[in-house]
Amino acid sequence: MNAQLNDAELAESAKATEAAPATTRRDAASIAALHDAEAADVHVSVDDVDLAAELTGADASTTASPDVAEYAMRLGDDALILSQRLGWWISRAPELEEDMALANIALDLLGHARSLLHYAGTATGRSEDDLAYWRDEHEFRCAWLFEQPNGDFAHTIARGLIAAIYMQELYTALSASTDASLAAIAAKSVKEVAYHRDHAVQWTLRLAGGTEESRARMLVALTDTWPYIDELFRDDELHERLGDVAPLPSSLRAGFDEVWSAVLAEAEIAERDYVNPKVGHSSGGGRFGNHSTHLGPILAEMQVLARRHPGATW
Amino acid sequence: MEEARRVAAAVVDPEVPVLTIDDLGVLRDVRLEGGTIVVTLTPTYSGCPAIDQMRDDVLLSLTAEGFGDVRVDFTLSPAWTTDWMSEAGKAKLEEYGIAPPTHRAGERSGPIPLSLGVQCPRCRSLRTREVSRFGSTACKSHFECLACLEPFDHFKVH
Repeated sequence: MNAQLNDAELAESAKATEAAPATTRRDAASIAALHDAEAADVHVSVDDVDLAAELTGADASTTASPDVAEYAMRLGDDALILSQRLGWWISRAPELEEDMALANIALDLLGHARSLLHYAGTATGRSEDDLAYWRDEHEFRCAWLFEQPNGDFAHTIARGLIAAIYMQELYTALSASTDASLAAIAAKSVKEVAYHRDHAVQWTLRLAGGTEESRARMLVALTDTWPYIDELFRDDELHERLGDVAPLPSSLRAGFDEVWSAVLAEAEIAERDYVNPKVGHSSGGGRFGNHSTHLGPILAEMQVLARRHPGATW
Repeated sequence: MEEARRVAAAVVDPEVPVLTIDDLGVLRDVRLEGGTIVVTLTPTYSGCPAIDQMRDDVLLSLTAEGFGDVRVDFTLSPAWTTDWMSEAGKAKLEEYGIAPPTHRAGERSGPIPLSLGVQCPRCRSLRTREVSRFGSTACKSHFECLACLEPFDHFKVH
């Protein structure tokens, strides 16, 4: 996942440089310390630290059961693929503030993905990078919503609104999980997702209440995106087996609908404005590895470097 | 142990170099496990890229001070909050030109959102405006002062 981080970091550091040219990543004292350490032949060096062993939940030594790992992989893939999608906007957003906002959201999601995939990997001895770069399309478990293309800015906002409302309901409930690692990741993530939701709500209201053009685009975006809502709330056998480890997706629907309706009411958008009765809910088999046509290309782009140069670091 | 703690606590945040990781509340624990110094850090935001640098700097600082066997662990729980930022840290932030968190994170949890005025770190005016909830790093939002017209960063209550 370094490729993504690097893009976001680059964009961020480019902006930080404009604001504060005096800031350096590593000061002279720490470089001197590095040299001293080498001179003293002390065996601890930065290179010894395994990057993949970094971000863990409540307890670094915890190993996920196969079912918990499968569940963590679903959530991790949702966050990873949405993060990868949002990364495209860096340097292309309509204004500088928006560029930074979308980059920040992508970075938060990448952090969630790292924690979740790290935990998922403990069940099979794979690292978060193994899972991100070395699984093929049918092994990914993200829902179709997160794979949808960026479209125009309104499409990105509509997708982000659904994602953030859903994630806030999910992580709030998951904070009470009997699995300490999932609970820790959820409690951490929910605070960040709250910002993502605010961001999407503000833009939904602005686009819906802006010009004729912006409203028309927001309505097209909602029409195109709403069929992917339903998949997020479908229960299956995994949830039955997990019991108190994870909330049933269907139990999150009421909370989602309440926020969704309130936002659209404020935006003066009625259901008939975006629900086309001729178009049903998407079949959405993402949780079982059956994906829309959009996942393959984004995986190819995300994975090509790691696969062409296995083990490469920078 | 006291010495190890002192050295670890003096490591600075690579993105806000006036703050130490202790000021920031990122340094959660320093303890001795067998012969190993174990330092526990918690990231501010999940995706914060500075956490890797902080880990490296902790390792380097302790190694340079003669501690040969050092390990850095990460924890996500309890989740980091700006409530852990020291008063000294807040004063240093303001002096550096970043408006510190305005209130405790816990106070914002009710149904009525609380939004306190953010004071311009340069001219002290409270006539300021949030330009964007997302600033130059994950932990900051972007403001402008309507009195002196300068833009500034605000360390978000989190």
